[in-house]
Amino acid sequence: MSRAIGKIVAGYGNMLTATFDTSVRQNEVAYVVTGESRLKCEVIRVKDEFCFMQAFEDTRGVKVGDKVEFTQDLLVAELGPGLLGQIYDGLQNPLPKLAAQCGLFLKKGVYLESLDRDTKWDYTPVAKAGDVVQAGDVLGTVPEGIFTHRVFVPFNFIGKAKVKKTADPGSYTVAEVIAHLEDEAGKVHELNMIQEWPIKIALKQYRQRLLPVEPLVTGCRIIDTFYPVAKGGTACIPGPFGSGKTVLQQIISRYADVDVIIVAACGERAGEVVETLKEFPHLLDPLTGKTLMERTIIICNTSSMPVAAREASIYTAVTLGEYYRQMGLDVLILADSTSRWAQALREMSGRLEEIPGEEAFPAYLQSRIADFYERAGLVQLEDNTNGSVSIIGTVSPAGGNFEEPVTQGTLAVVGAFLGLTWARSNARRFPAIDPLISWSKYPNQMKEFLDKIDPAWVAKVKEAQKFVYNGSEIKKRMDVVGEEGTSIGDFIIHLKAEFLDSVFLQQNAFDPVDAANNMERQVYVFNKVIQLLRKDINAKDKDDARAIFFKLTALFKNWNSSEWQKDNFKNYEQQINEFLDK
Amino acid sequence: MREIITKIREITGNIATLDATGVGLGELAVIESPGKKTLGQVIRISGGKVALQVFGGTKGLSTNDKVRFLGHPMQVKFGPSMLGRIFSGGGVPIDGGPEPVEEEIAIGGPSFNPANRIIPKHMIRTNIPMIDVFNSLVVSQKLPIFSIPGEPYNQLLARVGMQAEADIIILGGMGLKFDDFTFFRRTFEESGVMNRVIMFIHLASDPVVECLLVPDMALAVAERFAESGKRVLVLLTDMTNFADSLKEISISMEQIPSNRGYPGDLYSQLASRYEKAVDMEGLGDITILAVTTMPGDDVTHPVPDNTGYITEGQFYLHNGAIDPFGSLSRLKQNVVSKVTRKDHNDIMNTMIRLYSDCRESRNKIAMGFKLSKWDETLIAYGSDFEKELMDLNVNIPIEPALDLCWDILSRHFQPVQTGLKDHLIEEFWPKDKAMKKAA
Repeated sequence: MSRAIGKIVAGYGNMLTATFDTSVRQNEVAYVVTGESRLKCEVIRVKDEFCFMQAFEDTRGVKVGDKVEFTQDLLVAELGPGLLGQIYDGLQNPLPKLAAQCGLFLKKGVYLESLDRDTKWDYTPVAKAGDVVQAGDVLGTVPEGIFTHRVFVPFNFIGKAKVKKTADPGSYTVAEVIAHLEDEAGKVHELNMIQEWPIKIALKQYRQRLLPVEPLVTGCRIIDTFYPVAKGGTACIPGPFGSGKTVLQQIISRYADVDVIIVAACGERAGEVVETLKEFPHLLDPLTGKTLMERTIIICNTSSMPVAAREASIYTAVTLGEYYRQMGLDVLILADSTSRWAQALREMSGRLEEIPGEEAFPAYLQSRIADFYERAGLVQLEDNTNGSVSIIGTVSPAGGNFEEPVTQGTLAVVGAFLGLTWARSNARRFPAIDPLISWSKYPNQMKEFLDKIDPAWVAKVKEAQKFVYNGSEIKKRMDVVGEEGTSIGDFIIHLKAEFLDSVFLQQNAFDPVDAANNMERQVYVFNKVIQLLRKDINAKDKDDARAIFFKLTALFKNWNSSEWQKDNFKNYEQQINEFLDK
Repeated sequence: MREIITKIREITGNIATLDATGVGLGELAVIESPGKKTLGQVIRISGGKVALQVFGGTKGLSTNDKVRFLGHPMQVKFGPSMLGRIFSGGGVPIDGGPEPVEEEIAIGGPSFNPANRIIPKHMIRTNIPMIDVFNSLVVSQKLPIFSIPGEPYNQLLARVGMQAEADIIILGGMGLKFDDFTFFRRTFEESGVMNRVIMFIHLASDPVVECLLVPDMALAVAERFAESGKRVLVLLTDMTNFADSLKEISISMEQIPSNRGYPGDLYSQLASRYEKAVDMEGLGDITILAVTTMPGDDVTHPVPDNTGYITEGQFYLHNGAIDPFGSLSRLKQNVVSKVTRKDHNDIMNTMIRLYSDCRESRNKIAMGFKLSKWDETLIAYGSDFEKELMDLNVNIPIEPALDLCWDILSRHFQPVQTGLKDHLIEEFWPKDKAMKKAA
């Protein structure tokens, strides 16, 4: 099939309309040749002899009659060794290289290779000459940081093929040929370590999908204990501006116990990414002892970068995630923020003059959100190992109102909801996840696993959640009738709820120890907290009760910031035990 | 010489449509009516038709006016002779001076490469304690001033302009009342800073399209100055007028509105301007302070709401003072007690916490509860805090302001009541209260 050629007939904002001579595909990539630059576009609608394209660049200067070169290819991600540690824009252009080439500012129409072509990799072949292979089979491996990167037969390879020749073990660049395959028709394919995959299509190269049953430990107690996320699961963090979404995402990106983290900064401030960019190369991962950057990929399409590329950026992120999942790794994708992605959809929908849904979002918003989150999952690969992609997406609801379409559309498809509120962030309760509105569907699903930690775990957590709920009800009553009108029994429940909140649900992000807890510590501390919640407190009066809890809170806070099983940890624990035994 | 078209087919709102070929998106055109010249920008091309957004407004435009395309998008002059000058939203001098002879640069340029950004860690001193001490302004920060229409936001902006450490101040006025414009002009002239100020002013009576150009012009000029090593402070007032102009244009382009009539790309439009704030490593920098008036004091209104998601914090103006509670500088932790004095962080938090307690005590009065001794102490502290620090007329550098904080605390509290760390009390708590008082 020949590639079509066309001409621009109309343009408005970043939407361009073109004619074409032979045929076009929906979501095909095309380049508009205008002046000296070639602008990347994607076909998003075809109607009669016209196709409508969204441009990934500023369209200033585009004229009627400009030439359009269609490529026949969908928008793809380049996959291969060397993705880890990279910083890409939404279309997978490496930003540091772009900076080296174009200077301080981005330049339109400049597209660079995503994978470095000069780096040499230590290749070890796995498949042998004569083997029969198919898409997704492993041809060989290279070490990439702490992982063994598998080099696959391209996922879009059709049919079976015979390995004719493989490269000897040694060092190769990604572009050098490492295998010759002969397909069923007798045609010989020369393969290197690079392959491409269309970003908007889920990669389904696995034996079966499994139910996520193992927790993804984020280090954040209110999440891991109260509203956990599973490895291969999804969660949504909505919150108004200033409620600490990004800080929470940053903490998770540092401490989550997964192999690979992909941060998709989608339409947010560039300044927020900078901290990750500049600090991760120097921060050590407590689990591996390597720098955090070695397990991180950053997709950075910030708010002032072209909006269509923003739409592509979260698909790029999830595609890279699926690729590393194929190596039997656990991948976490942090998308900040999916509202900006939804707004990109809305902008294009408006330019296409589609009939709008609620708040002018397109009617297909909900199904697009579902498509995206459904790409998360725990899968069993062909070699019987498991890999997972988990997605935690933030939502920035207009005016902090969770009733809006993006939040609601997301809540319909995710497994956990971690709602941030101004009430909590204004009260400086970090993380500002509101325990009264949040939920997670995973505890029941993960029960078997959690029971191994502690047979009564799920029940205990429920018991604690009940305290939070009762405490807030009592607080509401107390606001009306005052402390005088509240019974001492109720007052103590209120104090217990406050205690639970301040020593367990809240965490001090600036304290090196308290910032993140592993599961072992969370379970240990939580059991002490529960013991205390269950204990009858004998107080003379309310002031006495308050004094007791002041002291307990201070004790636990000090305990929280003491290093695990060190002297002062044991010392504080001793004091807590003395109180419990009284 | 480009073709001159003499047939305008359609005029709606601020948009004129005509037949033309070979015209690019964003290209500039001159429309000549008898006795009047105005610029227009191509915003839509379709077949042989071109839609022009007419900067001067379409009032009096005739279907047989002459239209000439210039072959380039909107530009603005850039150079040292711009300093001290005042331009309209269309880039024309309005101070009676001559057209500056300078190079022309494109506006609305590409985004700064995020990989080139650095973690900002220079504070900008403004000598306003509510900013310096409690919500420090940091180089390359973008901060809005959220305010209801009656507050003295322009006075605050002008004061920051006069006092902030910056080489160049660029003021972008959008929908500015003539009185406010005169106020800015007079203030800058009288305080002797005018020789490092450039003003782009769109008055409330000017055509609405010119309003859209103001931030782009101001920021394009700022960007070039920053590249040449200057520290630039951009003051914008009022971004709500900018957003309203966007709304007006997009509705007349028959775009589907998203929220309260604002276009669906309001966030991207605002972000592409605010994100121009930058600290260029080894070169200059741009810091943006922008007034955003909140219709009906409603922070969930689309303009302040979208702004809040873009900017790095916000200042709230309430009752003529910067409210210490809602206001937030997200970047202050980069400088507080790191480049400033070591007591800064603790004293800042302690002062705010006690002031917040003071508000609770005042609520007790309002609700008719009996006041304790502690409440009375807090209330006395609160009124000193408001008088000596919150008042917008207070004008002191940060170090004396920090000393003043200690002084106010020592007037009302025992050291232990403040919860401040012992080593700070030891070093900073005023030793001889009586003498301080006398002084």
